[in-house]
Amino acid sequence: MMDQGLTDASRPRISGLRSSKLCPSSILLPGILLSSCSGSHSPLDPAGPEASHVAHLFFVMLVGGVVIWIAVVAALVYASRKKNAHSEKAAGRVILWCGAILPTVLLCALLSYGMWLMPAIRPWLPDDQQVRRIEVTGEQFWWRVRYLDEAGEVMFETANEVRIPVGEPAHFSLKAADVIHSFWVPSLGGKMDMIPGRTNPLTLTADREGTYRGVCAEFCGESHALMAFTVRAVAAREHDAWLAARQASKPLDAEGLATFLNNGCGACHAIAGTAANGRIGPDLTAFGERGTLAAGTLPHTETDIARFIADPGEIKPGVKMPHFGMLPEDDIKKIAVFLKELK
Amino acid sequence: MKSVIPREVESLWTLFTAPTVWAIHFVVCYAAVAVYCAKAATFGFDFATVRLALAGFTVVALAVIVLSAYLAWRQWGFGSGDPPHDEATRKDRALFQGFATLLLSGLSFVAVVYVAIPLIFIAECQR
Repeated sequence: MMDQGLTDASRPRISGLRSSKLCPSSILLPGILLSSCSGSHSPLDPAGPEASHVAHLFFVMLVGGVVIWIAVVAALVYASRKKNAHSEKAAGRVILWCGAILPTVLLCALLSYGMWLMPAIRPWLPDDQQVRRIEVTGEQFWWRVRYLDEAGEVMFETANEVRIPVGEPAHFSLKAADVIHSFWVPSLGGKMDMIPGRTNPLTLTADREGTYRGVCAEFCGESHALMAFTVRAVAAREHDAWLAARQASKPLDAEGLATFLNNGCGACHAIAGTAANGRIGPDLTAFGERGTLAAGTLPHTETDIARFIADPGEIKPGVKMPHFGMLPEDDIKKIAVFLKELK
Repeated sequence: MKSVIPREVESLWTLFTAPTVWAIHFVVCYAAVAVYCAKAATFGFDFATVRLALAGFTVVALAVIVLSAYLAWRQWGFGSGDPPHDEATRKDRALFQGFATLLLSGLSFVAVVYVAIPLIFIAECQR
């Protein structure tokens, strides 16, 4: 309004420049912010009932926070005007009601709402009523994943990738082998800590097919930020077929297996149907089916597999696997091709 | 008729009564639920009984805090004078202590209610 008397020529040039730069950025910024609300790794784009409740809780708190903030700013502006001066007694009443009674009632309401929502955010069934059971152990800096049968016995093991059936609750038993980790799939629900010596239960349900990214949400060492995993939600029938296929272990004789075994990889890694039965590192059975490498750190390509074998510490500082850069380049390449094609 | 409650209590302990009740209520609620959930199989009653018992304990805690608030209100002269009561006199000291105790009782009352809210919504142990 104050600028109405200014002509274009008399306007300071800098403000013209600013306005021309502000226009695209003022369009871009909300665009970027809004696009970050969707995707395979966003609690604001829920893919299951537990995550929907978390998103709902977030929006209720957000709206509540915004309303309170606007009210506080409005009161501040009102109070800053001299003509609105009030008696000390009236000011005391405002402090009592707006500074003590109203916040107490509001906090009580928000606390009750959060508590009321809790059973929906953390659904739970006793052990003997759980059907889809998966045990996940956090280790520096990867995830050991074991599928359990209804009696709680291990059917098979894999790593860094979890498969669950759509529409059926998957019951996770979360453990930690070394330090505290935290299991979080933002699109499917809230996070749950993994504490050495304890087993923490978590139930997640996916209500649509898709690939969702999970992360370690508790600082666990130098490669904490490189400790991710993938959750694949597939149709129940497809999931059952996959479970059956993984349990039917058949002898494997692929090119590159001998190189893998001769270089001692089998001492730490297991591959079903071969002599490799190490338990220290991630199980590599059907490694070629995975979408990423090194717990979500690298794309799943032969080049990256070879890079990781040669110097894992450079890619993931603090990783237990020693570097194998001393192996002949041909051997590393053979192992990389063998792993990439391992189905 | 002689009052059961002394007319005047010249002790700092009256100031701490309500926060102490809050602290005891907090510890009892958390310890009772934790112990019950860890050893549920060895007890002959269900979790609803624990919730009910703690609800009763909450009512008792709130009643003690209300009593403490009433005594503080009386010590403050039932609100006849305005704070800050900062004169170096015995009367002002008593009024200040009464006012401070009343505020602490209010805080403790709200805190005990907040601690008890989960009892309404958390209906089972997760093991």
